[in-house]
Amino acid sequence: MGDIVSAIVVTVIALAALAALLAAMYWVVGRLPKRWREGARAWVFLFPAAVAVTIGLLVPAIRTIYLSLLDDNGEKFVGFDNYVDVFTTTGTRLTVFNSLSWVLVGTLATVAVGLAMARFADGMRIESAAKSAIFLPGAISLVGTGLIWGFVYAGPPFDVGLLNAVTEGIPGLPDGWGGGGDRLWLLERGFGGVEPPDSAPGVNTFLLIVVFIWAQAGISTVIFSAAIKGVPDSLIEAAKVDGATDQQTFYRVTLPYIRSTIVTVATLTTVAGLKAFDIVAATTGGRFGTSTIANEFYVIRFVQGRSGVGATLAVLIFILVIPVMILNRRAQARAEEMMGG
Amino acid sequence: MTAPKPSLVQGLRARRAKKRHEASLGRSAAATLSSKPGQLLVYLLVFLWTIPTFGIFISSFRPEIDVKTSGWWNWFADPSLTLDNYRSVLSSGPGQDDLWTFFLNSVRITVPSVILSVGLGLMAAYALSWMKFRGRDWIFVGIVGLLMVPLQMALIPMLQLFSGGAHIGSVTIFPDLDLTGEVYGVWLAHTAFGLPLVVFILRNFVAALPRDIFEAARVDGAGHLTIFLRLVVPLSVPAVASVSIFQFMWIWNDYLIALIFAGRENAPIVRQLATLTGTRGQSYHLLTAAGMVSMVVPVAVFFALQRFFVRGLLAGAVKG
Repeated sequence: MGDIVSAIVVTVIALAALAALLAAMYWVVGRLPKRWREGARAWVFLFPAAVAVTIGLLVPAIRTIYLSLLDDNGEKFVGFDNYVDVFTTTGTRLTVFNSLSWVLVGTLATVAVGLAMARFADGMRIESAAKSAIFLPGAISLVGTGLIWGFVYAGPPFDVGLLNAVTEGIPGLPDGWGGGGDRLWLLERGFGGVEPPDSAPGVNTFLLIVVFIWAQAGISTVIFSAAIKGVPDSLIEAAKVDGATDQQTFYRVTLPYIRSTIVTVATLTTVAGLKAFDIVAATTGGRFGTSTIANEFYVIRFVQGRSGVGATLAVLIFILVIPVMILNRRAQARAEEMMGG
Repeated sequence: MTAPKPSLVQGLRARRAKKRHEASLGRSAAATLSSKPGQLLVYLLVFLWTIPTFGIFISSFRPEIDVKTSGWWNWFADPSLTLDNYRSVLSSGPGQDDLWTFFLNSVRITVPSVILSVGLGLMAAYALSWMKFRGRDWIFVGIVGLLMVPLQMALIPMLQLFSGGAHIGSVTIFPDLDLTGEVYGVWLAHTAFGLPLVVFILRNFVAALPRDIFEAARVDGAGHLTIFLRLVVPLSVPAVASVSIFQFMWIWNDYLIALIFAGRENAPIVRQLATLTGTRGQSYHLLTAAGMVSMVVPVAVFFALQRFFVRGLLAGAVKG
């Protein structure tokens, strides 16, 4: 209990000290000549946040770009060698390919599930319960999500995996790597003490993307649901009066109306997919051909201690995120124009 | 006591009837929207999305031997419950998991980080919407622009900053605070990484507050500090609640920042769960209970405050 009390005391003191500092600064700038006072006071309000993002994001981001041009010890300038390295080394090239698979498959499926849920659950008696059920995985950490699916994918020697139980009765499926009719679905780092060879084949990346979709679909459902409910009734009714079927109304009226929302959800999922780290790290640790750019970044920089290539992978994520963000901005701007501001 | 005027009663009744009529209309209109196959699809998706979590939930209450030898669905044939898994992961002592300590670490990391990021974010939001100074719009654009910067871009230099300070030549511009592994470093990291989104959402909210109240307060002689504390803070409660819950969930569930900035001593429960997952091997029956312990807070927050969480999410989703 002593630990808890001291932790609380330390936290309160730290926060109180910050508040006192800000109050003192506010008082001091209040003594300034009148023409500087307003601007100085604004800076007192602004400066903690400004300092935090400057030393926590802005300067580090610039420094990471710089580090990506140096060698792995951060000493010699090597130009774009690290970038060439990433795309010519088999291991890192695979991670780029994997990340793009996450983005493509993950985004398409997440948008599809979200739209289906938002459309078909709309007006059902169980609507809110159904949406909560889809959304709940979004409240669980991705590490926990990986663990949960570990028990779905679990294979020999442990006969506890749900997927094996379900597929047992399906004839014609390859026996896989487990033997005894059970398939070793996801090759995991240490689950149940199994250590499969690094070169083991399989659909590992796809299985991890399924976990990602499972975790992301709730957010997409909730956002689409709000958007679909925001379509003006008059539009729907007008379409109905003109004799459109439900399906036609959905595809010709609702979908175009919520187009910018679809772009937003796709952006959100794409960015999350590019940054995918937790699921990979907590299940396979990036082995068995499952590593993504974000996971490789961690392994190369913080496990192998290679500064140059590590920084390059971080910059690569940034470079891939930018166009997606810009596309999203454009779609939003166009939507705002169409809606009249 | 006289009865209310007939006209009023009639009016009320008419309004209620109209509402009922609209409600039924709404339901029938919506019901035609979702067809039978559509409804089946919803049930299927709900089933698929529920079953994995349900499985681990059941497993966490099964005896060790059961978890290791049969799938959780066998529980229905042979229902035996035990709290042993939970007792084991929560107990402390040599060789024990002592998850309770890591659970408290999560609280120690999450609560101050949320207070810091939302508090500083609200101050910045006020300055960016109601105080006059040069370059205001540019600073706002700059902060929001940082939303694009992925976490990974900031990790390496920030860790170097914490472990060695920053120097230009022999001039120290940031002291070596030796924050590596300390909980304060984690607070700073979460605050910095969370602020762009917090400022973005809160500024949009604070800027939309009615101008009249600020002018009235200023006429009454209130300064910025008074206006902020007496007007902006209470009026922003809905937005602050949404953003706080959003931040809370994010920070509690974070793995990467905890992995890099929190030492082994200060590891939050999610990081510890990942460590256990990687090392557990033969005693993986305990992972079920460990997983449930790590989920209990965010899931409880989710169920209790879902509306705020969704609102925060919708506000955050509009971001560029």
